[in-house]
Amino acid sequence: MTVTPTPVANPPRKTKRRNNAGAEQEKPHVIITIIMGIIAVAWLFPLVGLLITSLRSKADVDATGWWTVFLNPFGQDWTVQAFGDAWDALDAGTTFWNSAAVTIPATVLPVMIAAMAAYAFTFLQFRGKEIYFAVILGLMVVPIQIAVIPILQLFVWFGNATGIPIIGQYPAAWIVHATFAMPLAIYILRNYMSTLPNSLIEAARVDGASHFQIFWRLAVPMSVPALASFAIFQFLWVWNDFFVAYLFIQSGPNQVLQQGLYSLLGQYGQGWQRVAAGSFIVLVVPLLIFFLLQRFFVRGLTAGAVK
Amino acid sequence: MAIFSAVISVVLGLGLSFLIFWLFNWIVEKQQDRTKARLLPYVFLFPVIVLVAVFLLYPALRTFVESFMEQSKRRGEGATFVGLDNYISLFTDPNFLGVLLNNLLWVIVVPASAVLIGLLIAILTDRLGKRREQSFKAMIFIPMAISGIAAAATWRFIYFYAPPGNPQIYLLNAVWTRLTGNDPVPWLTIDAARVNSFLLMFIVIWLQVGFAMVLLSAAVKGVPEETIEAARLDGANERRTFLLIIVPQIRGTVLAVFVTVTIFVMKSFDIIYGMTGGQYNTSVLVVDFYSQLFSFQNPGKAAAVVIILMIAVVPLIVYQIRSYKSQEELR
Repeated sequence: MTVTPTPVANPPRKTKRRNNAGAEQEKPHVIITIIMGIIAVAWLFPLVGLLITSLRSKADVDATGWWTVFLNPFGQDWTVQAFGDAWDALDAGTTFWNSAAVTIPATVLPVMIAAMAAYAFTFLQFRGKEIYFAVILGLMVVPIQIAVIPILQLFVWFGNATGIPIIGQYPAAWIVHATFAMPLAIYILRNYMSTLPNSLIEAARVDGASHFQIFWRLAVPMSVPALASFAIFQFLWVWNDFFVAYLFIQSGPNQVLQQGLYSLLGQYGQGWQRVAAGSFIVLVVPLLIFFLLQRFFVRGLTAGAVK
Repeated sequence: MAIFSAVISVVLGLGLSFLIFWLFNWIVEKQQDRTKARLLPYVFLFPVIVLVAVFLLYPALRTFVESFMEQSKRRGEGATFVGLDNYISLFTDPNFLGVLLNNLLWVIVVPASAVLIGLLIAILTDRLGKRREQSFKAMIFIPMAISGIAAAATWRFIYFYAPPGNPQIYLLNAVWTRLTGNDPVPWLTIDAARVNSFLLMFIVIWLQVGFAMVLLSAAVKGVPEETIEAARLDGANERRTFLLIIVPQIRGTVLAVFVTVTIFVMKSFDIIYGMTGGQYNTSVLVVDFYSQLFSFQNPGKAAAVVIILMIAVVPLIVYQIRSYKSQEELR
């Protein structure tokens, strides 16, 4: 999921919540609650189906639709067998760690690199600053496909020239993910840094601090909310990515979880419960992050909007 | 074993990057003050410049050139310049025109639906108490955390096909056979009226509404209370208040969400690839790029496809830069 922070024309003002001020708000809103309840349940319905299917036996899955369990919840052959099968089919003992090895540097590196660039764009003066920034803004929209073939060729050439293969190794994915995260990261972080009090930076300058010291000791610690928001996005984006892994990690010893799930998708003849359980194994990390860090997640979405 | 190599790679990769950074820092600190001031911005920008130049701008240029070339079928022979041939053969190919039509439908339908549904939910939840609002929003939002491949897996349980006579274990066909009494339909292969593409679009809408909802909800809350009060005092009903007071004030956000979802749609590959692999006329540009490159072994044509995609996103680039400029002026 690409999330471009979106500028809001009128920055949110302090407004009284419409439903805790005034007289007309104390209505219980039963109808709205019911409508929203229906929408929300419908929204989660596909995922509920996935969860139920993963807990059924192959015979049950093949015989009846998963929604029939609601009619007869105790007549089912409930089992967690599928999770074990899917774990093996995904080779999760390996692919899980591969996913982590791809995702962690592909999150940390772009955040740090972009923070440096954002600092330069915010606090340093240099020629062509506006133009560079406009280029960055434009690059946010550029689809990754435009660079795929030449990057592959470049990696092959590098591998032939130095004898160090890159394709199939983690760094191939790090580089590609870091590059394509750069524009958005710089944009979010610059937006945030430009709200930091300039006087503080000035004061540090007067006290003789170098820009490197200011960057590490002031700008980075003060930008933690923005850094965290972006890092969460990038983490989810890379963890959930299939395309880059498919092209640059390829099938082999360094395969990531999403690739495992993709091949599992092709094996539904051996039972849908395995596919469902595999999907859940792949979903665990994003869902955990999502629930634990929801506050940052939502703040990251509105990063461009809420100053 | 996997965990060890993973940990070692992570530590090495990060360590090396920080070492390079530290080295630059050290070099610059050694310089004279005046050169230091001039060099400093570029030290901060250096990693970005390298990454973007080597892995984005240069490849983009190469792709552009490659779109005018044709790779020889024989191994070891280079490519020859063929002018606009790749483009001409694409635009005279009915399959590719179908791909363009699909892409157009995707770009119109998905962002508009995501914005409308997101706005509806934002407005409905805005009238509820805080607790209920939060929990409903969280439920709508969950699909955003799901990968394209996992979403494809999830929706296979709804869209797939079991031949007549077999138990109907896929939801859509179960409902269809029950309601109409007809035979089940292989939905994902039905390209009449692009039924299969619309079904796939629904998955992306399902994923993206949460995003639209969060931003639109923030915008709706940002509408100043006084303007709404004033409209109510003047006797405007709910609908008129919404259309004439709220909508004009959140227009900027609506547009921004629309553009962001459009960008996402233009780039999303996983779901279509995971559901149909682009078969049955469901392909869009990013999927067609992949088929041209790997299935048809035709890098020149693949490059032409991605250049066409690039031309299609130019308006979005212009929009991004312009909206940023107007935002800067507000500061």
